[in-house]
Amino acid sequence: MEKPLTQHIRADGKPLSLNEYERVGGYSALRKVLSGMTPGDVLNVVKDSNLRGRGGAGFPTGLKWSFVPQDGPRPRYLICNADEMEPGTFKDRLLLECTPHQLIEGMIIAAFAIGADVSYVFLRWAYREAARIINVAIHEAQEAGYLGRNILGSGYDLAMHLHTGAGRYICGEETALLNSLEGKRAIPRAKPPFPQVSGLFGKPTIVNNVETLCCIPPIITHGAEWFRKLSLTSDAGTKIYGVSGKVKKPGAWELPMGVSLRELIEEYAGGMLDGHKFRGALPGGASTDFLVELDVKMDYSSVAAAGSRLGTGTVVVLDDRTCPVGFVRNLEQFFAQESCGFCTPCREGIPWIRNILTAMENGEGMPGDIDLLERHARGLGPGHTFCAFAPGAMEPLQSALRFFRDDFIRHIEEHTCPWREHPVNDHNSRGFVVPHLQTNYHAADTH
Amino acid sequence: MLTREEILEIDRAISAVPYRKAACIEALKVVQTHRGWISDESLRTVAGYLEMSVDDLDSVATFYNLIFRKPVGRHVILLCDSISCWVMGYEQLRERLRDHLGIDYGETTADGRYTLLPNPCLGTCDCAPALMIDNDLYRKVTPEMLESILSKYL
Ligand SMILES: Cc1cc2nc3c(=O)[nH]c(=O)nc-3n(C[C@H](O)[C@H](O)[C@H](O)COP(=O)(O)O)c2cc1C
Ligand code: SF4
Repeated sequence: MEKPLTQHIRADGKPLSLNEYERVGGYSALRKVLSGMTPGDVLNVVKDSNLRGRGGAGFPTGLKWSFVPQDGPRPRYLICNADEMEPGTFKDRLLLECTPHQLIEGMIIAAFAIGADVSYVFLRWAYREAARIINVAIHEAQEAGYLGRNILGSGYDLAMHLHTGAGRYICGEETALLNSLEGKRAIPRAKPPFPQVSGLFGKPTIVNNVETLCCIPPIITHGAEWFRKLSLTSDAGTKIYGVSGKVKKPGAWELPMGVSLRELIEEYAGGMLDGHKFRGALPGGASTDFLVELDVKMDYSSVAAAGSRLGTGTVVVLDDRTCPVGFVRNLEQFFAQESCGFCTPCREGIPWIRNILTAMENGEGMPGDIDLLERHARGLGPGHTFCAFAPGAMEPLQSALRFFRDDFIRHIEEHTCPWREHPVNDHNSRGFVVPHLQTNYHAADTH
Repeated sequence: MLTREEILEIDRAISAVPYRKAACIEALKVVQTHRGWISDESLRTVAGYLEMSVDDLDSVATFYNLIFRKPVGRHVILLCDSISCWVMGYEQLRERLRDHLGIDYGETTADGRYTLLPNPCLGTCDCAPALMIDNDLYRKVTPEMLESILSKYL
């Protein structure tokens, strides 16, 4: 099985140094690009490869790059989105910490293809080890002449900077990320104009996920057809999948795109922990609908056909000894806290949902609550809010109401959570934040 | 007043962006690293140095989870409270911390040693539950491990 993203990762988990990376063929893709390919050639290979963005939305990468206007203003920017804060997601960390140079090589090639002058890695605050590793790697690449002026004598110049965030999930949304990089509150921007035309500092900008960019060097080296054939389905390449929750061997693995959820959980994750049964799973992080069937191919189109989204491809498992209402309450607490607060349905609606779920957990659910939750799930769905955050937050809720409806009803009818020993103490019964929690540490959730 | 060290670090951040104000998040982080938190006084100083209004800077400072506009203890405990850690029992860690240190979310111990905050997913879900203390990540934490972990932070 070919593993172009992780094959050279060291067993001890330490990052591959520049020398080690070069010894296994590192930066040969960049040399190939700079010694004869045009930006258009690179773009065509990436388009042909059918690579789709690994940040969650699955947008075709080559197509995205092609929207950068050829004769547009300068400087142009390439940004690596390394904000990985989607609950349940831990795939980019692996690449950042273990193969920093493959990411940097991918970024340089992507930057060349779109004619970028400056590039940034936008890294979340909490990845302290990754920050240290990426800093070292950028420095090594500069010293070796892969970054800076006249790269490898080609006449192409590219600067690269690491920006570490200050902690806010919405920074991962690409237009909010741009505002954050400009030193503003991370509030999403209206589209159009799309970042490809008017992005960072008003200049053409491409934002790509860590994993997406790591796919670029092997695509250049081995070709588009090779990349397409790595997959078991029509969505090309390999994918870093992960599984967490009550399974025997939680972890992350690079596998051909399109392995089934069953294989992931039963083979790679070693099956459920003894005494626990599978009830469902979020296939790709907190913002995806539950799947309750195991025989689903984990690619973009198959997961969509099964009623969810591949998202980040990192699975969170719900077992029979974990309360589905509590599970969703935890997710909505996250979304309530992390809403950027810009538009009303999301800012007001998600805390309300969280409060209803908390009440249910504490035995204070009321008969109309399920209707109310469903109304919210529709009202915050696609088209009603300023960005994709709120619709994402509704995905686990709406699917839980469908698949685990009896459990919601039981909470209300029995006036208790069948799974829980202690009440949820973050918030009181039907409403307001307990005073001692009003810390101002989290600006968006102090009402 | 900014120290020479702070100015050096802030200037480095300014050099990576087209205008001063764009470096404000980094500047806040630099000052917070040196002083623990962002007081009104620090806020005014940084705003002046970046040639932006104090209110503008405060709107940014209060937006981000990890910019502290209130004093914190010498060590900040960030307990992951997201889904995989919840499934794997992070609530027990919170309880143990509450029993052991007498603090809950948003509170600081009386001796000013620790502040406890919840934090969204730390991205190490296969090793849940997880927490960070200052810059250090701890994985697969059990309540029994907490005391010895905490003792490293004086
Ligand atoms: C609320 C929200 C959070 C997001 N967080 C991330 C993230 O942490 N990392 C990421 O790569 N993409 C994230 N995205 C997707 C980005 O907006 C964007 O689509 C992606 O970075 C594009 O890269 P790709 O085309 O390589 O997938 C997020 C989107 C939304 C709506
Ligand atoms: S949907 Fe939520 S996160 Fe997105 S702009 Fe509106 S308030 Fe902000």
